Amino acid sequence: MLSKLVKSVLKPSQANMYSAWPGARRTATLMWSDFWELSMRLLSPFMTSSVRNITAGKTATFETRPYKLHKLDEAPSATSSCTREEALLYYKQMQVIRRLESASGNLYKEKAIRGFCHLYSGQEAICVGIKAALRPQDAVITAYRDHGWAYVMGCSVTSILAELTGRAQGMVRGKGGSMHMYTKNFYGGNGIVGAQVPVGAGVALANKYLGNGGICVALYGDGAANQGQVFEAYNIAKLMDLPSVFICENNGYGMGTSVARASASTNYYTRGDYVPGIWIDGMDLLSVKEALKYCIDYCGSGKGPLVLEVATYRYSGHSMSDPGTSYRTRDEIQEVRQTRDPIMLLKENILAAELVTPDELKKIDSEVRKEVDEGVKIAKSDKEIAIQELAADVYSEPLETVIRGTTPFDPYTHMRLSKIINPH
Amino acid sequence: MTLTATRAAKHISGVLTRSFSTTRVAAGTQLTVRDALNSALDEEMDRDESVFLLGEEVAQYDGAYKVSRGLWKKYGDKRVIDTPITESGFAGIAVGAAMGGLRPVCEFMTFNFSMQAIDHVINSASKTFYMSAGLIHVPIVFRGPNGAAVGVGAQHSQCFGAWYSHCPGLKVVSPYSSEDAKGLLKAAIRDSDPVVVLENELLYGTAFDVSDEVLSKDFVIPIGKAKIERAGHHITLVAHSRAVLLALEAAKALAGEGVECEVINLRSLRPLDERTIVDSVMKTRNLITVEQGWPQCGIGAEICARIVESPAFHYLESPVIRVTGVDVPMPYAKSLETACIPQQHDIVKAVKKVLKIMK
Repeated sequence: MLSKLVKSVLKPSQANMYSAWPGARRTATLMWSDFWELSMRLLSPFMTSSVRNITAGKTATFETRPYKLHKLDEAPSATSSCTREEALLYYKQMQVIRRLESASGNLYKEKAIRGFCHLYSGQEAICVGIKAALRPQDAVITAYRDHGWAYVMGCSVTSILAELTGRAQGMVRGKGGSMHMYTKNFYGGNGIVGAQVPVGAGVALANKYLGNGGICVALYGDGAANQGQVFEAYNIAKLMDLPSVFICENNGYGMGTSVARASASTNYYTRGDYVPGIWIDGMDLLSVKEALKYCIDYCGSGKGPLVLEVATYRYSGHSMSDPGTSYRTRDEIQEVRQTRDPIMLLKENILAAELVTPDELKKIDSEVRKEVDEGVKIAKSDKEIAIQELAADVYSEPLETVIRGTTPFDPYTHMRLSKIINPH
Repeated sequence: MTLTATRAAKHISGVLTRSFSTTRVAAGTQLTVRDALNSALDEEMDRDESVFLLGEEVAQYDGAYKVSRGLWKKYGDKRVIDTPITESGFAGIAVGAAMGGLRPVCEFMTFNFSMQAIDHVINSASKTFYMSAGLIHVPIVFRGPNGAAVGVGAQHSQCFGAWYSHCPGLKVVSPYSSEDAKGLLKAAIRDSDPVVVLENELLYGTAFDVSDEVLSKDFVIPIGKAKIERAGHHITLVAHSRAVLLALEAAKALAGEGVECEVINLRSLRPLDERTIVDSVMKTRNLITVEQGWPQCGIGAEICARIVESPAFHYLESPVIRVTGVDVPMPYAKSLETACIPQQHDIVKAVKKVLKIMK
């Protein structure tokens, strides 16, 4: 029985069986405090309470996935430590995003969301992992697959869902929609493929100019990776040593076009050429986190930009108008879901390391369900902003008060309602 | 900006013979448009550390047209940045810098090249404040020479006044004189929204009389207000940028024949100072618009539409006529190029037709 108990603490994660990379292991390294716990567990059958408490602040160390390097000698850390609190947070964040995107898909099918809706399901480990490494002075800009990003950067679930349905409680009052979500240090939410990349380099320029030590993470997809302006951004960022981290979220497809059909070179982490790069397994949250910590260190010490390629997968089609099965097989999607789902991988790790208990995770699941359900309710029942507000905040310093309506007979009055949140 | 004695004498006699409008001019100083723009940049960079200039050749070359002469020497690499020839990239970077807390002045060597970056001017810059419900502002200036120059061919001669002034979220100015150039560029830099400043290469070397007020560090012209360059009562001529010069020349010639033209210098294309034009037309009852750009969907077309929708319509004694560039890409041959841009005689003829002095 003793050996059984010891094994229950020490055994390697069962994720081994599901790993797509044979030979990869996950081991939980015992910290000395685990010995205390082990003893407690030995004694627990003799204690009155059968509820097991995991020590707050408990930490476990995991191996990160192998990185591939381009013009770099040093890789990000081979290990990543994770506290219990962090584990709970990351799990929750990923579950929120997963549920949020599922709810968005349903709202779209009910026609409560109109226009474009691009879901992030499957890619959660990227935004949660990156945010885990970012500091308050760092900024992020991404493209239109931005709901998960809006969440980790600080927008509430309700404000995201209400923005999708175009209601007043949307974080931009329904004026932006799915592709234009913004909050502090989060510059959207951008609809034009690739445009966000030089803009992100510009935010990095501002950070360097102002000396605030911040980096700017500019994300783009494998489709956008061929855009000319992306290379123009790499060039200027390298010339000026900007604290820019360019990150390609490679989910294998640019809309319906596989990477092999779109890119003469699919090694996106090398496409920066003279800009060093790193390839990361984007299904492993802690690997993503460690890579970003490395980037912050690198860029923060004035070495200039980096190009990252995060290998990931999206379960849904490109957007809600794409079933996502005409250019790939259902088997392929299923295989990823069953063997490489990022939430599943994290869950297995943190359970095996006994940072958390299954009950705690179940509790989080139900809290998340509740949070998203409430958000959906509000998103459906909230009102749209008043029609007159269509004429609000066109300019931060309006010079004319009259805005022409559809005819000259019904003009609107320009209103200034907002408080500006970007630096000024 | 000091003068030789001969230039001073020339200037003073110029002041006495010219009829003026709203600006009071103390005899004394001439300022070229180039120097006016240079002072504007210098003063605003001195005043606010977050203002910086980027573009091709703006730093070490002193500017392709020497507008930024001396600025790199004075402010250094951090504030005056030479970019590679990658408009889309550097315009996007400029927009991001504005979002991140700076006040960039992004130069396009000519606005023809802005077409490569126009997505950033419109989608990244001008729409962001609105899409973000006023959370993210973009205090950026895009400036550079616009429109026809001399002998540069079709790809280097387009006027972008109509394209940019079409878009809400942008402010667009088109200075004519040195006073306009300095006051509007300073206003643009101080403005918290994206502003497009359409300069004119051929005017860079033109010297104008300026008052002491214009020379002061805080001289700013309000964006959105036109200036009546010359008062008149027979007909209103509305123009922007270099076309103002042509309109003034035509007005001078016509005055010799007893026709008094009121010449309005738009100064801004968005907002367009409709009020000043309407008031003038209600006085003169006749209107001609003058521009160097193409006619279809041009500035003149917009002004005409606005007048027709305004109370001034009922005051018109004749239809509004537009004098514009010829509706073709700009040819190279000299005589053809000249024929493609409105000249003084075109405006004079149009006035006479409208006033029925000529059949």
